Amino acid sequence: MVTSNTDLAYNTKIEDTLVVTKADAVINWLRSSSIWPMPMGLACCGIELMASGNSRFDIARFGAEVMRFSPRQSDCMIVAGTVTYKMAPHVRRIYDQMAEPKWVIAMGACASSGGMYRSYATLQGVDRIIPVDVYVSGCPPRPEALLDALIKMQEKIRRQPAARELLGGAKAKSA
Amino acid sequence: MSLAPAEVLSALQGKFAQVTARPSGDHPAVNVPMADAVALLRHLRDERGFDFLVDVTGIDWDVDASPRFSVVWHLFSTRDHGYLRVVAACASDTEPSAPSVAALWPAADWHERETYDLLGIRFENHPDLRRILMWEGYPYHPLRKDFPLAGIDVPLPDLEVGEVTRATAAPAPMVGGPFVASTGEMNLTEAEPRAKDESWDERKEKPDTL
Repeated sequence: MVTSNTDLAYNTKIEDTLVVTKADAVINWLRSSSIWPMPMGLACCGIELMASGNSRFDIARFGAEVMRFSPRQSDCMIVAGTVTYKMAPHVRRIYDQMAEPKWVIAMGACASSGGMYRSYATLQGVDRIIPVDVYVSGCPPRPEALLDALIKMQEKIRRQPAARELLGGAKAKSA
Repeated sequence: MSLAPAEVLSALQGKFAQVTARPSGDHPAVNVPMADAVALLRHLRDERGFDFLVDVTGIDWDVDASPRFSVVWHLFSTRDHGYLRVVAACASDTEPSAPSVAALWPAADWHERETYDLLGIRFENHPDLRRILMWEGYPYHPLRKDFPLAGIDVPLPDLEVGEVTRATAAPAPMVGGPFVASTGEMNLTEAEPRAKDESWDERKEKPDTL
């Protein structure tokens, strides 16, 4: 909403009972403000992911504190750690079980590229099996880095043509 | 039982004539023929107080070596507070096998599964000899000398996922690597790239160029 109003809250004296906006803005606002992560903690990055959820870093400030251990209830898979080839199909299957729309954060060097594990056992980047929206560098990244990735992903979500995808019957996700 | 290497050897040789001394930089170590290995290990457990199996592992000496594979048992005595290393060579260089000691120490179960997984040494009479690290159906044994560190291209464990993603367990890109050297080829401390700029210590000054 573009007004000269500088009040942070909704003000009935100015707006009355009507708010004019765009469907995209509303849908994306809803989606980006309540991202329920699927914590795919596979290695030490998982510990930093847990720290992000705790009070010092407080991922709840960005509406993503509801870690869901069921893919059916999750919006965003945070792949935190080394993905071995043995684990890779399970990661993909859990991703497949998540409901649209869904996003993926590759947290840390291992999930992004295989990291220091240049070996026969390690998938060289989780983007080989699932589409990744945001990569986080670090080994492991600090919680601030994960929160930054989360903010970047929120910005990305807010740019998506959500209404057209939802109501226009177009293909589900433009990842 | 005293754990001086010479005494260990003579004490064991009284009962097992085939046991021979094995050069060791740390703890007492003995070689034993594979056929006598279980009897010796049982003797060590029941008569010598080696009640704790620390480790079961294997060695691939080289592709052309014969015997190519050895099995190593590390024992610890909680009574005498000492370690003992027992080594036995596998008879076959192509289908190596060894007797399982999972019946003596339950701890051997997973150690033997790992040794089987990574070196391909089969443990006879093991209760459940499946792979433990690599997936079921993986066709290689990665710690063998003829297996490249980067890996060999094989399908993913789940064929359906492999079909959808078109991903395989492809060889890892070895940019500037692999960061390993064969034994004796060069000093391993210097072979490690990380060590190239940190390889100063009390004997070698830090280079000025850094």
